[in-house]
Amino acid sequence: MRLALVLGEVGQGLRRNLSMVVSVVLVTFISLTFVGTAILLQAQINQMKSYWYDRAQVAVYFCTDFSSVGTCNQTAATPEQVAAVEAQLDSATLAPFIDAYYFEDRDQAFENFQTQFEGNAIASLVTPELMTEAYWVNLVDPTQSQILADALSGLAGVESVVDQRSYLDQIFDILNASSFTAIGIAALMLVAAALLIATTIRLSAFSRRRELGIMRLVGASNRFIQTPFVIEGVVAALIGSILAAGAVVAIVEFFVQGYLSQTLPQTSFVGLDDALLVVPVLLGVGALLAALSANVAISRYLRV
Amino acid sequence: MIRFDEVTKVYRGTAKPALNSVSLEVLSGEFVFMVGASGSGKSSMLRLVLKEDRPSSGAIHVLGQDLNRISSRKIPYFRRNLGVVFQDFRLLPNKTVFANVAFTLQVIGKSKGFIHEAVPDVLAMVGLEGKAERFPHELSGGEQQRVAIARAVVNKPSILLADEPTGNLDPTTSMGIMTLLERINANGTTVIMATHDAGIVDRLQRRVVELVGGRVVRDERGGGYVTQAIPHVQPDIVIPAAGPREGLR
Repeated sequence: MRLALVLGEVGQGLRRNLSMVVSVVLVTFISLTFVGTAILLQAQINQMKSYWYDRAQVAVYFCTDFSSVGTCNQTAATPEQVAAVEAQLDSATLAPFIDAYYFEDRDQAFENFQTQFEGNAIASLVTPELMTEAYWVNLVDPTQSQILADALSGLAGVESVVDQRSYLDQIFDILNASSFTAIGIAALMLVAAALLIATTIRLSAFSRRRELGIMRLVGASNRFIQTPFVIEGVVAALIGSILAAGAVVAIVEFFVQGYLSQTLPQTSFVGLDDALLVVPVLLGVGALLAALSANVAISRYLRV
Repeated sequence: MIRFDEVTKVYRGTAKPALNSVSLEVLSGEFVFMVGASGSGKSSMLRLVLKEDRPSSGAIHVLGQDLNRISSRKIPYFRRNLGVVFQDFRLLPNKTVFANVAFTLQVIGKSKGFIHEAVPDVLAMVGLEGKAERFPHELSGGEQQRVAIARAVVNKPSILLADEPTGNLDPTTSMGIMTLLERINANGTTVIMATHDAGIVDRLQRRVVELVGGRVVRDERGGGYVTQAIPHVQPDIVIPAAGPREGLR
């Protein structure tokens, strides 16, 4: 009986304010799509970080006849100097941090270069003499590259010690910036959604002020008076949340999985399982936001 | 039943109090007329009884509850013991007579069975049998006020507050409404009625409380709209010579 009455009131309110309800649906839809995208972007960044950081190596480059950087003086590193570096890598101080390492001589470097830049004009200009000898080191903990840099960069014949992660960090910075932009837009849109829900509920309450007055007069409990309005807001916001969830799942299914991972097969992308994890978050945020702002909006009508 | 102790009410932004140190006791089963000019504080008193407002100072007890101490969560339950009727009826225009009366029972959670028993009973009591499916705009003013009274008493309240219930009605219809209110009073409901209608007050000869400028200047049992006895005036009150109350001139 009471449930039917409450639901009847909700239906009446939704119909009476249809245009406002549609705008609430649209604004929550857009804002929560941004929220979902931001969450997925963060997940993507973390996934790529853990994938690439594990593969990132530290390169110990040796001097060539052409370099004047570091300890180099336009003379190539001698085999003794290379051996000294290897001795350092094997020493008791550095060995515990190192997972594996290998030496890449000029010919190997040249070969790698040729395959990497195949078809590029630069490939034909480079000769093996221009290439740099290097030790490629995999660390046990990839974040501790500074130890290697400190220990080796002062040694004779070492041009530089480079952590590949420094290249990756630039890419991640860009991705992070776009993720934060999405979060910022999402936050602004959520504020707009909350205000719009509050306005809609206030409008709905105003159009029912006669009923509200009588309800208060005859002693309807506050909970009974406010429940239809809260449900009204939550229903509108939930429709928007469901649309947003659908949009997020569609983006992952058709754009990320259907297009991006076909184009860039080596990279691992967020999958449908990640998107499905985001769905309850979106529904929860939408419902909570609506319930809170509707509650605040209606409380004015309940004050004694 | 209702007790005002030194109640003062000052509305925000006004210097002159709407009620100035009013003390009054209404016993169970009484029928009380509150008379006085517009702005003399009648409606303020009714609002305070309903706990729609809180007094600036003083204590109000209604049905054994101290209204200054009642928690806002309990106010709705407190109000279920009070019925209210207004000059402008305040019916819901898109609901039938039956639905208007049933609405008050629905929102306080009464069962469908109870509603279908109580509403026809109360409509018969106010003399509206056969008009349950009419809409308010299809009824005369007197009939609309009967619907409002039915709505106010359907939950069998202990107190019925009526704020100028005959203010919009012609004298004959007004008398019909008064007969109805007397019948409700005879069934044990305390009735407090604010009114300007001298004819009604004079005819019924009930307790009359007269307010002037927020003060009780007369409290007379079996009185008329204008007192026959020497008025019980508090000494510090100066009644304006050219006041709006024709009665004292």
